[in-house]
Amino acid sequence: MPARRLLILTLSAGLALAGGCARHDGAAAAGPGGRPAQVLRFGNGSEPQDLDPQAVTGVPELNIIDSLFEGLVTGDPHDLHPVPGLAESWDISADGLVYTFHLRGGLRWSNGDPLTADDFVQSYKRILTPSLGSEYSYLLWFVAGAADYNAGRLSDFSKVGFEAVDDRTLRVSLRSPTPFLLKIIATHYSWDAVPVKVLARYGPLDHKDTGWTKPGRLVGSGPFMLKEWTPNQRITVVRNPFYWDAANVRLDAIEYYPTDNGPTEERMFRTGQLDVTSTLPLPKTDVYRRDHPGELQIEPYLGLYFYRCNVTRPPLNDKRVRRALALAIDRERLVKDVLRGDQMPAFAVSYPGDSGYTPEARLSGGVPEARRLLAEAGYPGGRGFPTIELLYNTSDNHRLIAEAIQAMWRTNLGVDIRLTNEEWKVYLDAQHTQNFQMQRAGWIADYLDPHVFLEIWETRNGNNDTLWSNPEYDRVLHLALNARSEAERYADYQRLDAILVDECPVIPIYYYTRVFAMNPRVAGWWPTLLDIHPWKYVYLR
Amino acid sequence: MLRFISHRLLQAFPVMFIIITGTFFMQRFVPGGPFTAEKAVTPEVLRNLNAYYHLDDPLWKQYRDYLWDLCPKAFHPSAFERGLDLKEAFGIDFRPSFKYPNRTVNEIIAEKLPVSLELGSYSLLIALALGLPLGVLAAIRRNTWIDYVCSAAAMTGICIPTFVLGPILVLVCAIHMGWFNASGWYGPIDRVLPCLTLGSVYAAYVARLARGGLLEVLNQDFIRTARAKGASEARVIFRHALRGGLLPVVSFLGPATAGILTGSFVIETIFQIPGLGREFVNSAFNRDYTLVLGTVILYAALIIGLNLVVDVVQVALNPKLKFE
Repeated sequence: MPARRLLILTLSAGLALAGGCARHDGAAAAGPGGRPAQVLRFGNGSEPQDLDPQAVTGVPELNIIDSLFEGLVTGDPHDLHPVPGLAESWDISADGLVYTFHLRGGLRWSNGDPLTADDFVQSYKRILTPSLGSEYSYLLWFVAGAADYNAGRLSDFSKVGFEAVDDRTLRVSLRSPTPFLLKIIATHYSWDAVPVKVLARYGPLDHKDTGWTKPGRLVGSGPFMLKEWTPNQRITVVRNPFYWDAANVRLDAIEYYPTDNGPTEERMFRTGQLDVTSTLPLPKTDVYRRDHPGELQIEPYLGLYFYRCNVTRPPLNDKRVRRALALAIDRERLVKDVLRGDQMPAFAVSYPGDSGYTPEARLSGGVPEARRLLAEAGYPGGRGFPTIELLYNTSDNHRLIAEAIQAMWRTNLGVDIRLTNEEWKVYLDAQHTQNFQMQRAGWIADYLDPHVFLEIWETRNGNNDTLWSNPEYDRVLHLALNARSEAERYADYQRLDAILVDECPVIPIYYYTRVFAMNPRVAGWWPTLLDIHPWKYVYLR
Repeated sequence: MLRFISHRLLQAFPVMFIIITGTFFMQRFVPGGPFTAEKAVTPEVLRNLNAYYHLDDPLWKQYRDYLWDLCPKAFHPSAFERGLDLKEAFGIDFRPSFKYPNRTVNEIIAEKLPVSLELGSYSLLIALALGLPLGVLAAIRRNTWIDYVCSAAAMTGICIPTFVLGPILVLVCAIHMGWFNASGWYGPIDRVLPCLTLGSVYAAYVARLARGGLLEVLNQDFIRTARAKGASEARVIFRHALRGGLLPVVSFLGPATAGILTGSFVIETIFQIPGLGREFVNSAFNRDYTLVLGTVILYAALIIGLNLVVDVVQVALNPKLKFE
């Protein structure tokens, strides 16, 4: 009978596919010698795009790549200040333009091949190759000739400031002194070396689709190496015996789980499938605070939540209006009643206490000053104020914040705003084409230096998107890069923060925190501003 | 019958062509692209990326090249023994994914379609195993408490969406009782909760359709004749009534199978299942042009194929229909 045959066909297709193992399958049983296995199960947000340090941009990728690769310098586990990594020492020339890195002796890739200074040079050549189209190549543009080579204006790589003096010496010549160069190298994978000789086996170096990052092929330089990658299921990394500091690596393995759904991830944590989650759903924060305070983890995070103004569209083309709006937000109440994750209210753009720098400029004067400014701009008590539109990407959290601020502006200033939400890419497209009046935005730092929050407001910076331009700002930013000392540089930054607070092209709202759940057994883990936790120090109690 | 099938297959070509063309151009006119990111890429890098993926070619040329890559250029069905790779088997190349640069769309489909098929077939099995007896029981005990219980259960199943049922099952069976993992797709035991969740929703539809179909048939003359001839009640139901009574269920199964395969997005998200339903939806959010096209083409082919199968089965079951 055809009906029965159809049924049998459909069902047997499925039945034929069953595998065989029990609950909590995986390596998490027991380690050698009967001691509990040192396997960390880590909720890693979304599925990584790839594990090629020169082809990816996201945080989930960063978390895995940090276990597979190590930079010339690396971050201290407590505060991420640069400490020796693959380079055991380095010299900086008196003018700050030439960095000479001395690699450790006997460095090896995870397949046992020697790792030399030339591997770094060839890697940097690859990331700067225009046809590779690497998104983070701009973090190498501080090097002499790198930006030109990357843009295709220079074709001779020997003119770019990278030189392998011998197997263990790498010399990097910069375009201008970049006082935070070591901080970038310590925390950002764009400066990691990739095994160019291995890559060449699987296809042209400037192709991203050669598949060299698959398990069994990927070769790295970090404390761990790739063992398993089942897409949307699990990525497992195990100890790398060739790592220079293998004796001090404490975990046997890390299992990264893609967890793009917050509530699902939280349930996985509760059944013991995860030791660390990537986030915690907002309504769960208070539940954990009350019932499981030992598992709730709230860490400061170097990121700013702000509203971006398009300064060419009235009434936001008037800096008094922008300042009035900025002053009329009750940030303490917003953080306490809406966000509930111990976020820090933001009264300036730069993050207070980042690398010893705290902005002195501060939005002050509160609601009375805001009303005065608004009246001065021609809208006393909000009369005659046109309705402005606030654009945010579709998300409950952003909506809650926007509604709270909408109410504050209505009560404090008598002005009305309209809330509009768009799907993520449409929203980004509106941002990059400046097709908005006011837009919610966030900025997460790639490295630990006040420069990260200040460089974006330069006139020609691709992330400015406010159409705000201030020649004095651009001049001082440039001065800062050439400053003789850190004190001098930070003094320049104070001027920049003062300009931003005065002109308010962006309205700072709060500094992020990372709120997640963590098994109390996890140790060797310190809150760092970038949410990077060098894996070799982490272990389970 | 062969004429009917070949005729329908011929009709499928223009349908597929319209779907491919429509999808190809529509997604290009949506704001944002695969490289639109929060941190703007520099113009130089964007130019390089566009060149790398040939997005700087004129649109008609990209379309022509894509169609050419889609055209079957080989015939080695034996390659399926090594894996579900349409490129090896038929030379159909869906190209690399934009979002996952080290994987091709062919690879993603080969990895994830079997998972979706497995999830879907177990769910269908559960749907039929639960729904058919429930519907038949309700029909033969019409207007008794059994009917009311079965119909109420079916109505409840239709009304509770999977995104409510799934988390409730996890809460009870995984978190409180500790019988299952909260999510994942590792061992056979991980199949239970998602398949039960997806299956029970479809079971509810199956039960209602089976009850309705059977009731209609039971009122017809030939059933009265069968009873008059002294056939036992079991014989009347299983020999005479069921064949016609299940017709609505059969017509439902075609779209339902397609729906289970394409619409498993919610289940796959709740249970972190590496299936194709999630890629189908997320690829659109990521503007992963090639993956959008690949999944759309695959699903379109599945739906066309399943509808054809349903039509054939219906004719076989229903003596009133002919292959015309």
